Amino acid sequence: MLENRSIMRREGILDQVAMPAEPSSVALRTLPPEARFVLRLGAGDATRNGSIAGLSLALPINRFGADASRLATRLGPDEWLLIGPDADAETMHADAARALAGTHHALVDISHRNVGMELSGRAAAVILNAGCPLDLGDRQFPPGSATRTLLGKAEVVLFRLADVPDRLGVAVPHYRIECWRSFARYVHGYLAGAAAEYAAVRN
Amino acid sequence: MLLIECPHCGPRAEIEFRCGGEAHIARPADPSALDDNAWAEFLFYRSSPKGVHAERWNHAHGCQRWFNALRDTMSDRILATYPAGAARPNITTIEAAR
Repeated sequence: MLENRSIMRREGILDQVAMPAEPSSVALRTLPPEARFVLRLGAGDATRNGSIAGLSLALPINRFGADASRLATRLGPDEWLLIGPDADAETMHADAARALAGTHHALVDISHRNVGMELSGRAAAVILNAGCPLDLGDRQFPPGSATRTLLGKAEVVLFRLADVPDRLGVAVPHYRIECWRSFARYVHGYLAGAAAEYAAVRN
Repeated sequence: MLLIECPHCGPRAEIEFRCGGEAHIARPADPSALDDNAWAEFLFYRSSPKGVHAERWNHAHGCQRWFNALRDTMSDRILATYPAGAARPNITTIEAAR
């Protein structure tokens, strides 16, 4: 089974990166390898298909839907990003390809191209805004939002996940950042630097 | 920071966008029927008005879709944005956009 894509184990590009001492106002963590697909499909076809690989495509633009382990986000009128556990790569691809058989579409595996990280904490929005021009306020970018944007000089996909409780039990914003593998060290360094700078200013 | 209203994503920062030159330039249906002047006119000649200008823009770091915008070349104000393929809104002055 040399063709089996699962054999190509991925090593996280950020595995070797030294994690900075964690400032209390924010937590930055890298995510393990995951399965990711870009789906291009006419908006009308998406409505007809409803859901693909267990994920609903009926989403407003720049919103995502998620179940326990998988996530689908609509990045544009005819573009979706599907994310699932690494072990599900084959099944997700097979399910989606079966559901879309006969429909004009493009389904591209980008699992190896992207790296994910998570940022949470009460200062998370401020730290992202060090390099991201988006309005991250609750009204403009509430939990459930996801969009492609810029962070410094790198293009990222930014997700606002459900708020999480911090150590004091207060709900704080929780973001997921997806960037290209070759940008990962830059993006991670950018966020770690912004967090350190924020901590220095606050203390 | 200049905000541009993407028809799909709403108001976004200018750095997420790329400008693609003048809008509403239709490729001649039968290029071989044109003489060199008419072909050069299509390829290279563009208007450069002082005032309202229709331009193609791409939301390169967002939804990555092309759309059209009416921009005032003097004030750099974006007066209107509309999907690619739609007719140009009848806006010729800043006052009309308000």
